[in-house]
Amino acid sequence: MRTAQQTLWFNKVLVFINALVPLCMLAWDGMHRQLGVNPVEFLTRIFGVLTLMFILITLAITPLRKQFGWGFLIKYRRMLGLFAFFYGCLHLITYIGFDRSWSLSSTISDVIKRPFIAFGMASFLMLIPLAITSTDKMLHRLGAKRWLKLHKLIYILAMAGVVHFYMIVKSDVFYPVLFGVVLAILLGYRVYAHGQKALPKKKN
Amino acid sequence: SEPNPPVVGGARTLLVPNTFEEITHYNNYYEFSTNKSAVAKAAGQFITTPWVVEVSGLVSKPHAFDMMDLLKIEQEERIYRHRCVEGWSMVIPWQGFPLKKLLDLVQPLGTAKYVAFETYYDKAQMPSGKYAGIELPYVEGLRLDEAMHPLTILATGLYGKPMPNQNGAPIRLVVPWKYGFKGIKSIVKITLTDTQPPTTWNKAAADEYGFYSNVNPNVDHPRWSQADEQRIGEYKRQPTLMFNGYADEVASLYSGMDLKQNF
Repeated sequence: MRTAQQTLWFNKVLVFINALVPLCMLAWDGMHRQLGVNPVEFLTRIFGVLTLMFILITLAITPLRKQFGWGFLIKYRRMLGLFAFFYGCLHLITYIGFDRSWSLSSTISDVIKRPFIAFGMASFLMLIPLAITSTDKMLHRLGAKRWLKLHKLIYILAMAGVVHFYMIVKSDVFYPVLFGVVLAILLGYRVYAHGQKALPKKKN
Repeated sequence: SEPNPPVVGGARTLLVPNTFEEITHYNNYYEFSTNKSAVAKAAGQFITTPWVVEVSGLVSKPHAFDMMDLLKIEQEERIYRHRCVEGWSMVIPWQGFPLKKLLDLVQPLGTAKYVAFETYYDKAQMPSGKYAGIELPYVEGLRLDEAMHPLTILATGLYGKPMPNQNGAPIRLVVPWKYGFKGIKSIVKITLTDTQPPTTWNKAAADEYGFYSNVNPNVDHPRWSQADEQRIGEYKRQPTLMFNGYADEVASLYSGMDLKQNF
């Protein structure tokens, strides 16, 4: 019999490996020159989409826990959030490296000049403190209350991320709108749950 | 490998064409897909025979040209830079003939000032069209002097092969000093008019896409810079040239015009 600790460890490895599957597929395609005619644009876009997907998955944990009583999901939330940060870093690296030729001044002027880049950059910058304070040590140091408050930043950065995606697209807004709808549901759930809590309980 | 074909039309530096694979697997053709890498496959079954191009409006001799007859016009090779408004570019060895040759056949009237173009649109063959987010059929337009310019061609193929479906088979417009979306694909209708015709991207977002849409590194798109471009197949971006490098040939068409106003 496996102990609960061993099961958790096994499941975490499972989640970890699965979260790396997209990267492995991209690496495989890259080695076989299957990333299309414009690999830079393709990688930048895919890393951006993966970042948003992991942000949404992270945000889905709380509604799933509360709605279905799947409390165990909380144990995987940190890893999923860190994967959002990981793919966000790859997204930023492809953009700064290839689109901006590693030029800091060019990146800064681009952020100022292009609102959609500004939204993306703001979203990424907000991810950094969340990644830094993701450890147990930091949680204790900050105290649960302050830590929770800080991590509410994910609501803002998720919205900025979706706006960033929406603003790049020329006319076919299906995917950005889809991300927007999912985000609206996940955030709307919180507003709803908060409202329920605020109301006095009905007597039977 | 392909022989290095002669460089024609305003190219001061030797242009190395992109590969056939690159040119045919990175296409904006929203009727088939909004995913540039998916257009080649989605357009694979597009039926382009028979094909008729109707030329009418303010002309003395309106005529519906069969594609077979258009191919009898002497076909020339033109290696042109192709600059997309999205910020990427290619070098493409087209073949085709100057649009002027076709217009001369129908004899534009003195009142004709513009040329309007229309793409074939068939919902059955182009089911993605309804998700494109732009009004279809796709329409484009040129001023008559732009249309008559020797650099403006109707292309019927590339790399010595008939035009691939995804690149606008069987016949498309190529105006090398303008952003790629002016190069309307799969043309079925050409109409000479006395008023400026509507254009698809201008209708979709007038503040982003003007009627002229000349390549201009000094006039940014509202959402991105047009100062440089990524040549497909290269990683480092390069500066975009005024009128896409064809300023010597075409700048005079716009003398006295404010290109920031008439973008």
